[in-house]
Amino acid sequence: MDLLKLISDIEKVDPEVYERLDPRRRVFRHFGMAGKAVTAAVLPGLLSGIFQRAYGQTSALTPEIIQVLNLALSLEYLEFYYYDSGLKATNLIPSADRPAFTTIRNDESGHIKVLREVLGSNAIADPTRAAFDYSGGRGTNGGPFAAVFTDYKLFLGVAQSFVDTGVRAYKGGAPVLMPNKDILESALNIHSVEARHSSHVRTVRRGVETGNANATSVPGDLSNLNRIPKSWISGTDNGGPSPTTNPSTTPVYGPGNPAADYPSEANTTQATLPIVVATSGVNAAPASEAFDEPLDPTTVKSIARNFVNNATTLFV
Amino acid sequence: MMTNSPSQTPESAATPAGVPRRDFLRYTGASLALGGLLLTGCDDDSDNVNDNLLDVGSGDTGILNYAYALEQLEAAFYAQIKNGDYYKGLGANSAEKQILDDLALHERAHVDFFRGALNTNAIKALEPEFGAINFNDRNSVLTNAQAFEDLGVAAYNGAGRFITSAANLVLAGKIVSVEARHAALIRDLRQYNSFVAGDVVDLFTPTSETSAPGAGTGTGKEKSLRPQQVLSVANQFLKAGSKLSANSFS
Repeated sequence: MDLLKLISDIEKVDPEVYERLDPRRRVFRHFGMAGKAVTAAVLPGLLSGIFQRAYGQTSALTPEIIQVLNLALSLEYLEFYYYDSGLKATNLIPSADRPAFTTIRNDESGHIKVLREVLGSNAIADPTRAAFDYSGGRGTNGGPFAAVFTDYKLFLGVAQSFVDTGVRAYKGGAPVLMPNKDILESALNIHSVEARHSSHVRTVRRGVETGNANATSVPGDLSNLNRIPKSWISGTDNGGPSPTTNPSTTPVYGPGNPAADYPSEANTTQATLPIVVATSGVNAAPASEAFDEPLDPTTVKSIARNFVNNATTLFV
Repeated sequence: MMTNSPSQTPESAATPAGVPRRDFLRYTGASLALGGLLLTGCDDDSDNVNDNLLDVGSGDTGILNYAYALEQLEAAFYAQIKNGDYYKGLGANSAEKQILDDLALHERAHVDFFRGALNTNAIKALEPEFGAINFNDRNSVLTNAQAFEDLGVAAYNGAGRFITSAANLVLAGKIVSVEARHAALIRDLRQYNSFVAGDVVDLFTPTSETSAPGAGTGTGKEKSLRPQQVLSVANQFLKAGSKLSANSFS
């Protein structure tokens, strides 16, 4: 076995392997010290020790971490099957937008893979497509969004609500992950991708809602943020894509519980400091847009629960 | 006094053994304080180590200053856009004007927030160096806007692990998702549907079009950058005397 070649091969898939092996590169000193003493007999033990340090869990996952990650995994399944169903529906997604939704669906699939690997045997089982009712009818398939896979505008509005809920959920869960830096960083790396998705879905909506094929040429409409939102959340976006239905999208942008820790997206105070500074032109709209807000798990689940069959335990 | 070329930072200056100086000092067990002691007795190295680099500091204050520095760079960039012919030529009600106005306000808000939160611990106001950017040219402006936004997202993602207070982690999280929204839109402006792409995200490829979730290669995760990597880019846009180091975070 060529140890250095092995590590070099690992480096091709994990450029940070040397950092993992030893942030201070002391691993090479270990090799130096071991020198001729490394025999075929001790090599497996030496290797397993090194790689345990590089990739192994330093501590078991706490129940709190498992809860946060399983909620994230549940949301990823909600999104994956949503986009996957949209891509499978005929005449829903125009050909110009299929690459984008394929990318988004695949990103969610990757996130599912990552979360499952971290959770191991603690991961919830794949709920399958059958667990979800994207009409918002909790299993009746007769909710207000029943046309979601035939009406592209509706599809985009519900997509925006899901992804914005996801961004807030990851932000709310991050502090719980702090004891494990690698898991924390994985969650952060998923969080920003979800925000990129939200930005794009909002951009697509501006084009589709105004009938303009060049979506990036359409500005957000502050007097109609429900249908023509900016690519970022302005205030509470007036309740989001569908504020008057039941379920409503208003809670996606509203306060969580407690509101002091999970304010609405219209929040303009950060760490007790006012963000509105009239002299620099930062009024309430940009002050709220400049900061996204976290959401607590209970509120996240109450939003997502509307889109699963009541008979399941998902988001309970 | 030993003179070094301005572009050669301590981070890239290697010891004869090929070990970066920073790591070498750690090997020898020299703390930052000891490093300081050594320097007082060794003029040759003083310029080499400090070389006018402004260190962001340590602990959460250091990370907040690091973020403050990057936000300063972005805010200065979007402020300067307004002096260029590209921005001046945009229609009053155009999407691009709204976008660039919003980005300028958002980054200004981030800068003001960090300055207020850091208070007396804040690093100084930095002097940007945007000589390489043509503010009259749409492509130059948007290419650099994308670079700054993508860099910012990767920087926040790569700094999260160094934050010790949950409140500060959430604050960084509140900002990074907005930066990601910016990045995605600027990318879409330049090339539609490039809001996520392989240069910033480890793309996931399913085994087949009908694969079950999770079956395939890749992760769908954004790629992080560590402070040293980020600053090697950011320093190209900062004047001498405003260039940064983050020696406590590696």
